[in-house]
Amino acid sequence: MKHVCLYFQVHQPFRLRNFSFMEIGKGHAYFDEDINYDILQKVARNCYLPANQLLLQLIKAHHGRFRVSFSISGTALDQFEQYLPEVTDSFRALADTGCVEFLAETYGHSLAALKSREEFSRQVKAHADKITGLFGKRPVAFRNTELIYNDAIGEMAARLGFTTILTEGASQVLHWKSPHNVYASAASPDLRLLLKDFRLSDDIAFRFSDRNWPEWPLTAARFAHWLNAKPPGDEIVNLFMDYETFGEHHAQGTGIFAFLADLPGQLDAHGNRFVTPSEAVELLPPVATLSMPQPVSWADEARDLSAWLGNDLQQDAFDSLYALEKKVRACNHAQLQQEWLYLQSSDHFYYMSTKALADGSVHSYFSPYNNPFDAFVNYMNVLTDFSLRLDRWLERKKTVNDERHTLQAGLHL
Amino acid sequence: MQVLMFGWEFPPHISGGLGTACQGITTGLAANDVNVLFVVPKAYGNEPAEKIKLVSASDIAIPAPGRQTQKVQEALTFFEVNCPVVPYLSPEAFAAHSEPEHGIATTVEGTDIPVMRYAFRGGYGKDLMKEVWQYALTASTIAEQHNFDIIHAHDWLSFPAGIMAREASGKPLVVHVHATEFDRSGDNINMQVYETERQGMLKADQVIAVSELTRQTIIHRYHIPAAKVTTIHNAVAPAAKAAAPAGERMFPEKTVSFIGRVTYQKGPAFFIETAAKILRQDKGFRFIMAGSGDLLHAMIAHAARLRISSHFHFTGFLKGAALDRVLSESDVYVMPSVSEPFGISPLEAVRAGVPVIVSRQSGVQEVLQYALKVDGWDTDAMANAIYALARYKGLSSMLRRESAREVAALRWETQGALIRTLYNDVIASFIS
Repeated sequence: MKHVCLYFQVHQPFRLRNFSFMEIGKGHAYFDEDINYDILQKVARNCYLPANQLLLQLIKAHHGRFRVSFSISGTALDQFEQYLPEVTDSFRALADTGCVEFLAETYGHSLAALKSREEFSRQVKAHADKITGLFGKRPVAFRNTELIYNDAIGEMAARLGFTTILTEGASQVLHWKSPHNVYASAASPDLRLLLKDFRLSDDIAFRFSDRNWPEWPLTAARFAHWLNAKPPGDEIVNLFMDYETFGEHHAQGTGIFAFLADLPGQLDAHGNRFVTPSEAVELLPPVATLSMPQPVSWADEARDLSAWLGNDLQQDAFDSLYALEKKVRACNHAQLQQEWLYLQSSDHFYYMSTKALADGSVHSYFSPYNNPFDAFVNYMNVLTDFSLRLDRWLERKKTVNDERHTLQAGLHL
Repeated sequence: MQVLMFGWEFPPHISGGLGTACQGITTGLAANDVNVLFVVPKAYGNEPAEKIKLVSASDIAIPAPGRQTQKVQEALTFFEVNCPVVPYLSPEAFAAHSEPEHGIATTVEGTDIPVMRYAFRGGYGKDLMKEVWQYALTASTIAEQHNFDIIHAHDWLSFPAGIMAREASGKPLVVHVHATEFDRSGDNINMQVYETERQGMLKADQVIAVSELTRQTIIHRYHIPAAKVTTIHNAVAPAAKAAAPAGERMFPEKTVSFIGRVTYQKGPAFFIETAAKILRQDKGFRFIMAGSGDLLHAMIAHAARLRISSHFHFTGFLKGAALDRVLSESDVYVMPSVSEPFGISPLEAVRAGVPVIVSRQSGVQEVLQYALKVDGWDTDAMANAIYALARYKGLSSMLRRESAREVAALRWETQGALIRTLYNDVIASFIS
């Protein structure tokens, strides 16, 4: 008997318009309403709505034995609200079953954990508040953007009150340790770590529709067989993946929904037990402590930060973005603060990766740009404009304050 | 291996990229143990000798009419019928055309055998067609006087010479296309030139294109079978000396340069319009147009009309130290060509440490990943790219560093080896 922990990531970034340098200082909008609307509509119809419907049926059919968890980024939640509120409703229906756990993450699906403790904490709290408001329960488990984790991030999450954190379990991260047990964080002994089974997760997320894969076509029965064949010491199998796996990365015609529909029954039949992350750590004691001084992630072969911060473009843009942090905090202007938040989404940096120049891999699949240079130039034009607006606003505030002081001083005379 | 090669210009007497490329190719072949006998219409005597044997067609004594060998006679007849550079002439007029008054009559020393020489002017003057044809006549004699395994002719000006040499010698011919008439003239092509190009490609045993872009033009607009056309990109010679120490810059502003002939093909008007767009937004820029050409005066007027002359500088044609100076002044190099079969100058800019923006309608973009690419006519995109390179350090430093690596890996020795392999294949299938 194994514990099976399913976690699905739901995220949509606010993609940028083509923003020419000639628009800098002209007060034009940054985000591409049309594209963001169209993509959300498409993904909702292909994935979110039918997959939620299916999960709801499965949860009911298995009388509470089938359990799943989600992390939905703040930017995705904002897009549901703006463009298609019925998606929020369908997640709420899942929440109401009591069999679904919602995790906390950074509101902007950002890389703030690597740059600013203050901004990180602010975003995580804002996201937890949002989840609590929507789904009625405050998250106790946390997953950082792209499963990026190291001891320092664990320590920050523990201070914010989380008991559990999800991260990558690939062999270059764990070496001889198994991802099939629960661990305690070396930095914060009360914090539990759940580690992704990258092979079984990626069998579904990446390989399912690949006709050149020797295992194609994959059935739920065979998948359950692989899972059951794990050695007895393996207590938990963590299947972590993008929710868009269902119906978007693999279209409906590939049979991905039929696979998902069959999976709970196949696993249940062999006495396996579905758990959510916080249930897992209550049932399973940690087998050891785990220290990760270097950041890991679930991206690419390298499973490090190179997909977002691997080159000069990305680092220059990232530094320029966070150089504005103090001013943004001081500006007290809701729209500017929200735009700065949306500009932090890791996607903007992913589009600037030059890895695809060499191997033409998944980076280009996910990017709205022709190449990393266009992505960088567009982002920097927006950021330059943002920075100008920020300065102007702060200047105006200062002038108003000065005038007020002058006025007050005048009254005292 | 011995190659008889026909070109039209050779450094230092060049007007464009053709001569530079020919020098690169011969150097690259020499490095691969291929001996090149390079023929130009007119040599000046100060070309770098090194391993290249340069022959000036002006120095070649050719037999006077009626004195040619049987082979050359046949070649002349063939040429008369097939070569589009020869305007239609009656047999009498044709004979008269090759009379000594068109050349310099003399005799073989110590004998009374009449011979003549054509006094080529070289360059691209008004008697160009006549020179092309006289060059071809001389080529057949040169072919008779030398031993070689294969003939290699660069661009249409020397294609008739290549064809004549092939006819006279019975050796295979490779033609090398550096630019087509469509690149030079857009859609208003000179049919005489087009036909000369097409004849050269048809008569050749193999065609080399300097880029995939050019190869596609050859296949689709000259209707040459795809299997007969091979792409071999140009390279760039390593910098002769270390870049001059960055002295005092002329301008405090960001400087953007265009280096190339000021002709339709190079898209100079797009560069000027882009400059105007940037200057409207940000006065912290200066633009340099280094080059000469038939559109130069029109471009000076265009810049004045747009009221940007105070920030836009025309230098005329530059080479050597003056050109290095412009590059060392530059923060960004732009090549907005409408149609550029290859385009060596961006590689020279990269070599000088300048990040580049290249037109998507160019062959050079096939070998550069770390360059910004825009459509030559898209002045909005070009303005945006220039601004980004000038203002965002992360981008310029990455492009400068990575493109330098790409260019360092592009070596004429490597391309020379590819050409040698192609020669071997051509010779092998020519014999069998």
